[in-house]
Amino acid sequence: MKKEDVPQDQGNLSRTDLKELVYATDENGKYTTALSSGWEPKSIALSNSIEEISERIAIAKAQVVNNEISPISYYMEFCRMDIGVLSSYVGMWQWRVKRHFKPKVFAGLSDKILKKYSDAFNITVEELKNFKVN
Amino acid sequence: METNFTHHQSAHCENGVASNLLKHNGLNISEPMVFGIGSGLFFVYLPFLKVNYAPAISYRPMPGQIFNRLAKRLGLKIKRQKFSSEANAIKALDENLKNNIPSGLQVGVYNLTYFPDEYRFHFNAHNLVVYGKTETDYLISDPVMENVTTLTHDELKKVRFAKGAFAPRGQMYYPIQVPANVDLKGAIIKGIKNTCRDMLAPMPIIGVRGIRLVARLIKKWPVKEGTKKANHYLAQIVRMQEEIGTGGGGFRFIYAAFLQEAAVILNNDELQKLSLEMTAIGDLWRDFAVEASRVYKNRSTKVDVYNLLSDQLLGIADKEEVFFKKLKRAIS
Repeated sequence: MKKEDVPQDQGNLSRTDLKELVYATDENGKYTTALSSGWEPKSIALSNSIEEISERIAIAKAQVVNNEISPISYYMEFCRMDIGVLSSYVGMWQWRVKRHFKPKVFAGLSDKILKKYSDAFNITVEELKNFKVN
Repeated sequence: METNFTHHQSAHCENGVASNLLKHNGLNISEPMVFGIGSGLFFVYLPFLKVNYAPAISYRPMPGQIFNRLAKRLGLKIKRQKFSSEANAIKALDENLKNNIPSGLQVGVYNLTYFPDEYRFHFNAHNLVVYGKTETDYLISDPVMENVTTLTHDELKKVRFAKGAFAPRGQMYYPIQVPANVDLKGAIIKGIKNTCRDMLAPMPIIGVRGIRLVARLIKKWPVKEGTKKANHYLAQIVRMQEEIGTGGGGFRFIYAAFLQEAAVILNNDELQKLSLEMTAIGDLWRDFAVEASRVYKNRSTKVDVYNLLSDQLLGIADKEEVFFKKLKRAIS
Protein backbone atom coordinates (compact mmCIF):
# COMPACT_ATOMS: atom_id res chain seq x y z
CA MET A 1 0.00 0.00 0.00
CA LYS A 2 1.35 3.41 -0.95
CA LYS A 3 1.18 6.20 1.56
CA GLU A 4 -1.20 8.24 -0.58
CA ASP A 5 -3.49 5.20 -0.83
CA VAL A 6 -3.95 4.93 2.92
CA PRO A 7 -7.72 5.11 3.25
CA GLN A 8 -9.18 8.17 4.94
CA ASP A 9 -12.83 7.22 4.66
CA GLN A 10 -15.30 8.62 7.09
CA GLY A 11 -15.68 5.60 9.34
CA ASN A 12 -19.18 5.09 10.70
CA LEU A 13 -17.78 4.28 14.09
CA SER A 14 -19.39 5.79 17.14
CA ARG A 15 -16.08 7.50 17.86
CA THR A 16 -14.73 9.33 14.86
CA ASP A 17 -11.59 10.66 16.48
CA LEU A 18 -9.94 7.25 16.55
CA LYS A 19 -7.12 6.97 14.06
CA GLU A 20 -5.24 3.80 13.30
CA LEU A 21 -1.62 3.42 12.46
CA VAL A 22 -0.80 1.54 9.26
CA TYR A 23 2.39 0.74 7.41
CA ALA A 24 2.68 2.10 3.90
CA THR A 25 5.41 2.86 1.39
CA ASP A 26 6.56 6.37 0.51
CA GLU A 27 7.52 7.66 -2.95
CA ASN A 28 10.87 5.82 -2.80
CA GLY A 29 9.24 2.53 -1.85
CA LYS A 30 10.49 2.79 1.71
CA TYR A 31 8.18 1.75 4.51
CA THR A 32 6.88 4.38 6.85
CA THR A 33 3.80 4.75 9.01
CA ALA A 34 0.65 6.73 8.37
CA LEU A 35 -2.61 7.31 10.20
CA SER A 36 -5.87 6.12 8.73
CA SER A 37 -9.24 7.50 9.77
CA GLY A 38 -11.17 4.50 8.49
CA TRP A 39 -11.84 2.28 5.53
CA GLU A 40 -15.23 1.64 4.04
CA PRO A 41 -15.06 -2.14 3.49
CA LYS A 42 -14.05 -2.51 7.11
CA SER A 43 -16.78 -0.23 8.41
CA ILE A 44 -19.28 -2.29 6.44
CA ALA A 45 -17.93 -5.50 7.96
CA LEU A 46 -18.18 -4.01 11.43
CA SER A 47 -21.68 -2.66 10.96
CA ASN A 48 -22.68 -6.01 9.48
CA SER A 49 -21.77 -7.71 12.76
CA ILE A 50 -23.47 -5.02 14.79
CA GLU A 51 -26.66 -5.47 12.75
CA GLU A 52 -26.43 -9.20 13.23
CA ILE A 53 -26.27 -8.67 16.98
CA SER A 54 -29.15 -6.17 17.01
CA GLU A 55 -31.27 -8.73 15.20
CA ARG A 56 -30.43 -11.39 17.74
CA ILE A 57 -31.26 -9.00 20.58
CA ALA A 58 -34.61 -8.11 19.01
CA ILE A 59 -35.53 -11.78 18.55
CA ALA A 60 -34.53 -12.60 22.13
CA LYS A 61 -36.60 -9.69 23.41
CA ALA A 62 -39.70 -10.86 21.59
CA GLN A 63 -39.19 -14.35 22.95
CA VAL A 64 -38.91 -13.08 26.51
CA VAL A 65 -42.10 -11.08 26.08
CA ASN A 66 -43.86 -14.22 24.84
CA ASN A 67 -42.45 -16.12 27.80
CA GLU A 68 -40.57 -18.53 25.57
CA ILE A 69 -37.16 -17.88 27.11
CA SER A 70 -35.88 -16.28 30.29
CA PRO A 71 -34.37 -12.78 30.53
CA ILE A 72 -30.97 -14.42 31.03
CA SER A 73 -30.94 -15.35 27.37
CA TYR A 74 -31.89 -11.80 26.39
CA TYR A 75 -29.16 -10.20 28.49
CA MET A 76 -26.65 -12.69 27.15
CA GLU A 77 -27.35 -11.42 23.63
CA PHE A 78 -27.44 -7.85 24.85
CA CYS A 79 -23.94 -8.22 26.29
CA ARG A 80 -22.74 -9.83 23.04
CA MET A 81 -21.98 -13.08 24.79
CA ASP A 82 -22.58 -16.64 23.75
CA ILE A 83 -23.23 -19.57 26.04
CA GLY A 84 -19.53 -20.39 26.35
CA VAL A 85 -18.59 -16.88 27.44
CA LEU A 86 -21.57 -16.56 29.80
CA SER A 87 -20.93 -19.92 31.44
CA SER A 88 -17.34 -18.98 32.18
CA TYR A 89 -18.43 -15.62 33.62
CA VAL A 90 -20.90 -17.24 36.01
CA GLY A 91 -18.76 -20.32 36.65
CA MET A 92 -21.42 -22.88 35.76
CA TRP A 93 -21.58 -25.65 33.17
CA GLN A 94 -23.06 -24.74 29.82
CA TRP A 95 -25.94 -27.20 30.20
CA ARG A 96 -26.89 -25.52 33.46
CA VAL A 97 -26.85 -22.09 31.86
CA LYS A 98 -28.96 -23.44 29.01
CA ARG A 99 -31.42 -24.86 31.51
CA HIS A 100 -31.76 -21.42 33.08
CA PHE A 101 -33.01 -20.14 29.73
CA LYS A 102 -36.31 -21.90 30.43
CA PRO A 103 -38.74 -19.40 32.00
CA LYS A 104 -40.04 -22.03 34.43
CA VAL A 105 -36.57 -22.89 35.71
CA PHE A 106 -35.63 -19.21 35.81
CA ALA A 107 -38.64 -18.40 38.02
CA GLY A 108 -37.34 -20.78 40.66
CA LEU A 109 -33.73 -19.56 40.75
CA SER A 110 -32.32 -18.38 44.06
CA ASP A 111 -31.06 -14.84 44.49
CA LYS A 112 -27.56 -16.21 44.88
CA ILE A 113 -27.57 -17.66 41.38
CA LEU A 114 -29.33 -14.61 39.97
CA LYS A 115 -26.62 -12.44 41.50
CA LYS A 116 -23.98 -14.32 39.50
CA TYR A 117 -25.86 -13.59 36.30
CA SER A 118 -26.61 -9.98 37.14
CA ASP A 119 -22.93 -9.40 37.95
CA ALA A 120 -21.92 -10.88 34.62
CA PHE A 121 -24.38 -8.58 32.82
CA ASN A 122 -23.44 -5.59 34.94
CA ILE A 123 -27.03 -5.02 36.12
CA THR A 124 -28.88 -5.49 39.42
CA VAL A 125 -30.78 -8.62 40.44
CA GLU A 126 -33.97 -6.56 40.39
CA GLU A 127 -33.43 -5.60 36.76
CA LEU A 128 -32.89 -9.22 35.87
CA LYS A 129 -36.02 -10.35 37.73
CA ASN A 130 -38.34 -7.64 36.50
CA PHE A 131 -37.66 -7.66 32.80
CA LYS A 132 -38.93 -4.51 31.15
CA VAL A 133 -39.75 -4.34 27.48
CA ASN A 134 -37.61 -1.25 27.08
CA MET B 1 2.62 7.43 41.02
CA GLU B 2 3.79 7.47 37.47
CA THR B 3 6.68 5.87 35.63
CA ASN B 4 8.57 7.77 32.94
CA PHE B 5 7.14 5.69 30.12
CA THR B 6 6.94 6.93 26.52
CA HIS B 7 3.91 5.96 24.47
CA HIS B 8 4.34 5.15 20.77
CA GLN B 9 1.34 4.24 18.66
CA SER B 10 1.62 0.96 16.79
CA ALA B 11 -0.45 -1.04 14.35
CA HIS B 12 -0.69 -4.22 16.40
CA CYS B 13 -1.19 -4.38 20.15
CA GLU B 14 1.22 -7.17 21.09
CA ASN B 15 4.07 -5.88 18.91
CA GLY B 16 3.42 -2.42 20.21
CA VAL B 17 3.55 -3.41 23.86
CA ALA B 18 6.71 -5.45 23.29
CA SER B 19 8.38 -2.66 21.33
CA ASN B 20 7.37 0.03 23.83
CA LEU B 21 8.44 -1.97 26.87
CA LEU B 22 11.80 -2.81 25.31
CA LYS B 23 12.37 0.79 24.27
CA HIS B 24 11.68 1.75 27.86
CA ASN B 25 14.34 -0.77 28.92
CA GLY B 26 16.93 0.67 26.57
CA LEU B 27 16.60 -1.68 23.59
CA ASN B 28 15.53 0.34 20.58
CA ILE B 29 13.52 -2.08 18.46
CA SER B 30 10.82 -1.18 15.97
CA GLU B 31 7.37 -2.69 15.76
CA PRO B 32 7.94 -4.53 12.45
CA MET B 33 11.17 -5.96 13.90
CA VAL B 34 9.29 -7.34 16.90
CA PHE B 35 6.66 -8.76 14.58
CA GLY B 36 9.18 -10.41 12.25
CA ILE B 37 11.52 -11.85 14.87
CA GLY B 38 8.54 -13.06 16.90
CA SER B 39 7.13 -14.72 13.75
CA GLY B 40 3.86 -12.83 14.01
CA LEU B 41 2.66 -13.58 10.49
CA PHE B 42 0.35 -16.54 10.57
CA PHE B 43 -2.92 -17.91 9.31
CA VAL B 44 -5.17 -20.36 11.05
CA TYR B 45 -8.74 -21.43 10.51
CA LEU B 46 -10.47 -22.82 13.60
CA PRO B 47 -13.92 -24.12 12.62
CA PHE B 48 -14.57 -25.55 16.08
CA LEU B 49 -13.98 -22.21 17.82
CA LYS B 50 -16.83 -19.81 17.21
CA VAL B 51 -16.29 -16.07 17.57
CA ASN B 52 -19.49 -14.07 17.43
CA TYR B 53 -21.26 -17.11 15.88
CA ALA B 54 -18.82 -17.48 13.00
CA PRO B 55 -15.80 -19.79 12.70
CA ALA B 56 -12.64 -18.20 14.03
CA ILE B 57 -9.94 -17.11 11.64
CA SER B 58 -6.73 -15.68 12.93
CA TYR B 59 -3.93 -13.96 11.09
CA ARG B 60 -1.62 -14.11 14.10
CA PRO B 61 -0.32 -16.78 16.49
CA MET B 62 -1.58 -17.43 20.01
CA PRO B 63 -1.56 -14.39 22.30
CA GLY B 64 1.78 -13.94 24.02
CA GLN B 65 3.72 -16.00 21.50
CA ILE B 66 5.20 -13.11 19.55
CA PHE B 67 6.78 -11.58 22.64
CA ASN B 68 7.89 -14.97 24.00
CA ARG B 69 9.62 -15.94 20.77
CA LEU B 70 11.21 -12.53 20.48
CA ALA B 71 12.55 -12.83 24.02
CA LYS B 72 13.93 -16.29 23.39
CA ARG B 73 15.60 -15.26 20.14
CA LEU B 74 17.15 -12.09 21.56
CA GLY B 75 18.07 -13.61 24.92
CA LEU B 76 15.81 -11.36 26.99
CA LYS B 77 14.12 -12.48 30.15
CA ILE B 78 10.47 -11.70 30.61
CA LYS B 79 8.48 -12.35 33.71
CA ARG B 80 4.92 -13.51 33.14
CA GLN B 81 2.39 -13.93 35.92
CA LYS B 82 -1.16 -15.18 35.97
CA PHE B 83 -3.35 -14.88 39.03
CA SER B 84 -6.18 -16.85 40.47
CA SER B 85 -7.10 -14.07 42.88
CA GLU B 86 -8.08 -10.60 41.75
CA ALA B 87 -6.68 -9.01 44.88
CA ASN B 88 -3.23 -10.50 44.30
CA ALA B 89 -3.27 -9.37 40.67
CA ILE B 90 -3.97 -5.79 41.72
CA LYS B 91 -1.34 -5.94 44.44
CA ALA B 92 1.33 -7.24 42.07
CA LEU B 93 0.61 -4.49 39.54
CA ASP B 94 0.66 -1.76 42.19
CA GLU B 95 3.92 -3.15 43.51
CA ASN B 96 5.45 -2.93 40.03
CA LEU B 97 4.30 0.63 39.53
CA LYS B 98 5.76 1.55 42.89
CA ASN B 99 9.09 0.11 41.74
CA ASN B 100 8.92 2.15 38.54
CA ILE B 101 8.23 -0.83 36.26
CA PRO B 102 5.64 -0.21 33.52
CA SER B 103 3.89 -3.55 33.02
CA GLY B 104 2.23 -5.19 30.06
CA LEU B 105 -1.18 -6.73 30.59
CA GLN B 106 -3.31 -9.10 28.58
CA VAL B 107 -6.89 -7.88 28.71
CA GLY B 108 -10.38 -8.45 27.35
CA VAL B 109 -11.65 -5.86 24.88
CA TYR B 110 -15.32 -5.83 25.86
CA ASN B 111 -14.95 -3.51 28.85
CA LEU B 112 -12.35 -1.17 27.39
CA THR B 113 -14.42 1.97 27.68
CA TYR B 114 -12.21 4.08 25.45
CA PHE B 115 -12.83 1.83 22.43
CA PRO B 116 -15.69 2.63 20.09
CA ASP B 117 -18.71 0.40 20.60
CA GLU B 118 -18.11 -1.46 17.32
CA TYR B 119 -14.84 -2.90 18.58
CA ARG B 120 -16.14 -4.11 21.89
CA PHE B 121 -16.50 -7.85 21.60
CA HIS B 122 -15.59 -10.64 23.98
CA PHE B 123 -12.12 -10.91 22.59
CA ASN B 124 -9.47 -11.55 25.19
CA ALA B 125 -6.13 -11.24 23.46
CA HIS B 126 -5.59 -7.51 23.60
CA ASN B 127 -2.46 -6.04 25.17
CA LEU B 128 -1.71 -2.74 26.83
CA VAL B 129 0.78 -1.17 29.22
CA VAL B 130 -0.06 0.30 32.60
CA TYR B 131 2.47 2.98 33.47
CA GLY B 132 0.98 4.72 36.46
CA LYS B 133 -1.78 5.01 38.98
CA THR B 134 -3.76 7.86 40.51
CA GLU B 135 -6.38 7.92 43.27
CA THR B 136 -9.13 6.86 40.90
CA ASP B 137 -7.51 5.73 37.66
CA TYR B 138 -4.77 3.66 36.12
CA LEU B 139 -2.72 5.36 33.42
CA ILE B 140 -2.89 3.27 30.28
CA SER B 141 -0.74 3.22 27.19
CA ASP B 142 -2.75 1.24 24.67
CA PRO B 143 -0.49 0.87 21.63
CA VAL B 144 -3.29 1.02 19.07
CA MET B 145 -4.47 4.39 20.40
CA GLU B 146 -2.91 7.64 19.29
CA ASN B 147 -2.52 8.94 22.83
CA VAL B 148 -2.36 7.58 26.33
CA THR B 149 -5.63 7.06 28.15
CA THR B 150 -7.01 5.96 31.53
CA LEU B 151 -9.23 3.30 33.05
CA THR B 152 -10.79 3.41 36.50
CA HIS B 153 -9.60 0.85 39.05
CA ASP B 154 -12.80 -1.09 38.64
CA GLU B 155 -12.65 -1.07 34.83
CA LEU B 156 -9.08 -2.34 34.82
CA LYS B 157 -10.06 -5.17 37.16
CA LYS B 158 -12.86 -6.13 34.80
CA VAL B 159 -10.70 -6.22 31.67
CA ARG B 160 -7.95 -8.15 33.44
CA PHE B 161 -10.40 -10.78 34.58
CA ALA B 162 -12.49 -11.02 31.45
CA LYS B 163 -13.76 -14.55 30.83
CA GLY B 164 -14.21 -16.76 27.81
CA ALA B 165 -11.70 -18.12 25.28
CA PHE B 166 -8.10 -17.07 26.11
CA ALA B 167 -9.21 -15.60 29.45
CA PRO B 168 -6.30 -13.39 30.54
CA ARG B 169 -6.56 -14.31 34.25
CA GLY B 170 -4.92 -11.05 35.18
CA GLN B 171 -1.87 -11.86 33.11
CA MET B 172 0.96 -9.36 33.64
CA TYR B 173 4.39 -9.36 32.01
CA TYR B 174 7.50 -7.21 31.92
CA PRO B 175 11.14 -7.64 30.89
CA ILE B 176 13.43 -8.29 33.83
CA GLN B 177 16.69 -8.63 31.95
CA VAL B 178 17.67 -6.95 28.72
CA PRO B 179 21.24 -7.62 27.50
CA ALA B 180 23.22 -4.67 26.19
CA ASN B 181 24.16 -6.43 22.96
CA VAL B 182 21.70 -8.59 21.13
CA ASP B 183 22.28 -10.82 18.11
CA LEU B 184 19.77 -9.25 15.73
CA LYS B 185 21.00 -11.13 12.65
CA GLY B 186 20.60 -14.59 14.14
CA ALA B 187 17.23 -13.68 15.61
CA ILE B 188 15.94 -12.36 12.28
CA ILE B 189 16.92 -15.55 10.47
CA LYS B 190 15.28 -17.71 13.14
CA GLY B 191 12.14 -15.59 12.96
CA ILE B 192 11.91 -15.82 9.17
CA LYS B 193 12.52 -19.58 9.19
CA ASN B 194 9.78 -20.03 11.74
CA THR B 195 7.31 -18.01 9.68
CA CYS B 196 8.13 -19.99 6.51
CA ARG B 197 7.64 -23.23 8.41
CA ASP B 198 4.27 -22.05 9.77
CA MET B 199 2.96 -20.76 6.47
CA LEU B 200 4.04 -23.85 4.53
CA ALA B 201 3.03 -26.30 7.27
CA PRO B 202 1.58 -29.59 6.05
CA MET B 203 -1.58 -29.04 8.06
CA PRO B 204 -4.93 -28.37 6.44
CA ILE B 205 -5.99 -25.51 8.70
CA ILE B 206 -2.69 -23.63 8.99
CA GLY B 207 -0.82 -21.25 6.69
CA VAL B 208 -1.22 -21.42 2.92
CA ARG B 209 -3.26 -24.61 3.18
CA GLY B 210 -5.55 -22.95 5.69
CA ILE B 211 -6.15 -20.09 3.26
CA ARG B 212 -6.98 -22.61 0.52
CA LEU B 213 -9.37 -24.44 2.83
CA VAL B 214 -11.23 -21.23 3.63
CA ALA B 215 -11.27 -20.33 -0.08
CA ARG B 216 -12.91 -23.64 -0.92
CA LEU B 217 -15.40 -23.24 1.92
CA ILE B 218 -16.49 -19.82 0.61
CA LYS B 219 -17.92 -21.67 -2.39
CA LYS B 220 -19.87 -24.01 -0.16
CA TRP B 221 -21.18 -21.58 2.43
CA PRO B 222 -24.05 -20.04 0.42
CA VAL B 223 -25.32 -23.50 -0.54
CA LYS B 224 -24.81 -25.17 2.80
CA GLU B 225 -25.48 -22.36 5.25
CA GLY B 226 -27.61 -19.95 3.23
CA THR B 227 -26.53 -16.54 1.96
CA LYS B 228 -27.20 -14.75 5.22
CA LYS B 229 -24.79 -16.89 7.17
CA ALA B 230 -22.32 -16.97 4.30
CA ASN B 231 -22.28 -13.16 4.31
CA HIS B 232 -21.84 -13.11 8.05
CA TYR B 233 -18.87 -15.48 7.77
CA LEU B 234 -17.34 -13.36 5.01
CA ALA B 235 -17.68 -10.26 7.15
CA GLN B 236 -15.89 -12.14 9.89
CA ILE B 237 -12.94 -12.91 7.59
CA VAL B 238 -12.65 -9.25 6.65
CA ARG B 239 -13.08 -8.06 10.23
CA MET B 240 -10.28 -10.30 11.42
CA GLN B 241 -8.08 -9.21 8.52
CA GLU B 242 -8.66 -5.49 8.94
CA GLU B 243 -9.44 -5.41 12.65
CA ILE B 244 -7.86 -2.65 14.64
CA GLY B 245 -4.36 -3.84 15.39
CA THR B 246 -3.63 -5.64 12.13
CA GLY B 247 -2.19 -2.68 10.25
CA GLY B 248 -4.40 -3.75 7.34
CA GLY B 249 -4.02 -6.50 4.78
CA GLY B 250 -3.90 -9.15 7.48
CA PHE B 251 -0.50 -8.01 8.81
CA ARG B 252 1.14 -8.32 5.38
CA PHE B 253 2.28 -4.69 5.32
CA ILE B 254 3.93 -4.93 8.72
CA TYR B 255 5.75 -8.01 7.53
CA ALA B 256 6.89 -6.23 4.37
CA ALA B 257 8.22 -3.40 6.53
CA PHE B 258 10.10 -5.98 8.59
CA LEU B 259 11.66 -7.56 5.50
CA GLN B 260 12.82 -4.13 4.37
CA GLU B 261 14.49 -3.50 7.71
CA ALA B 262 15.94 -7.02 7.75
CA ALA B 263 17.39 -6.55 4.24
CA VAL B 264 19.56 -3.70 5.52
CA ILE B 265 20.68 -5.51 8.67
CA LEU B 266 21.49 -8.76 6.88
CA ASN B 267 22.80 -6.94 3.82
CA ASN B 268 20.57 -9.12 1.66
CA ASP B 269 19.12 -7.52 -1.49
CA GLU B 270 16.85 -10.47 -2.12
CA LEU B 271 14.84 -9.56 1.00
CA GLN B 272 14.36 -6.07 -0.42
CA LYS B 273 12.73 -7.57 -3.51
CA LEU B 274 10.65 -9.93 -1.41
CA SER B 275 9.45 -6.99 0.66
CA LEU B 276 7.98 -5.46 -2.50
CA GLU B 277 6.35 -8.77 -3.30
CA MET B 278 4.81 -9.01 0.16
CA THR B 279 3.45 -5.47 -0.25
CA ALA B 280 1.78 -6.59 -3.48
CA ILE B 281 0.27 -9.59 -1.66
CA GLY B 282 -1.02 -7.27 1.08
CA ASP B 283 -2.70 -5.17 -1.61
CA LEU B 284 -4.35 -8.33 -2.94
CA TRP B 285 -5.76 -9.04 0.53
CA ARG B 286 -7.19 -5.56 0.56
CA ASP B 287 -8.73 -6.08 -2.88
CA PHE B 288 -10.29 -9.24 -1.50
CA ALA B 289 -11.78 -7.25 1.39
CA VAL B 290 -13.21 -4.70 -1.06
CA GLU B 291 -14.87 -7.44 -3.12
CA ALA B 292 -16.14 -9.28 -0.06
CA SER B 293 -17.63 -6.11 1.39
CA ARG B 294 -19.51 -5.54 -1.87
CA VAL B 295 -21.03 -8.97 -1.54
CA TYR B 296 -22.35 -8.52 1.95
CA LYS B 297 -23.39 -4.95 1.37
CA ASN B 298 -25.54 -5.58 -1.66
CA ARG B 299 -26.73 -8.83 -0.19
CA SER B 300 -26.21 -10.26 -3.64
CA THR B 301 -27.73 -13.72 -3.87
CA LYS B 302 -25.91 -14.90 -6.99
CA VAL B 303 -23.85 -18.02 -6.37
CA ASP B 304 -21.26 -16.73 -8.79
CA VAL B 305 -19.88 -13.94 -6.58
CA TYR B 306 -18.85 -16.48 -3.99
CA ASN B 307 -16.99 -18.44 -6.65
CA LEU B 308 -15.19 -15.28 -7.72
CA LEU B 309 -14.20 -14.48 -4.16
CA SER B 310 -13.07 -18.02 -3.63
CA ASP B 311 -10.87 -17.88 -6.73
CA GLN B 312 -9.44 -14.56 -5.59
CA LEU B 313 -8.45 -16.09 -2.27
CA LEU B 314 -7.02 -19.18 -3.96
CA GLY B 315 -4.91 -16.83 -6.06
CA ILE B 316 -3.57 -15.19 -2.90
CA ALA B 317 -2.76 -18.61 -1.43
CA ASP B 318 -0.80 -19.57 -4.55
CA LYS B 319 1.15 -16.32 -4.45
CA GLU B 320 1.93 -16.75 -0.76
CA GLU B 321 3.10 -20.32 -1.27
CA VAL B 322 5.57 -19.18 -3.95
CA PHE B 323 6.55 -16.24 -1.77
CA PHE B 324 7.39 -18.24 1.35
CA LYS B 325 9.34 -20.82 -0.64
CA LYS B 326 11.42 -17.99 -2.09
CA LEU B 327 11.83 -16.41 1.33
CA LYS B 328 13.06 -19.70 2.76
CA ARG B 329 15.67 -19.93 0.03
CA ALA B 330 16.70 -16.30 0.39
CA ILE B 331 17.96 -16.74 3.95
CA SER B 332 19.46 -20.24 3.75
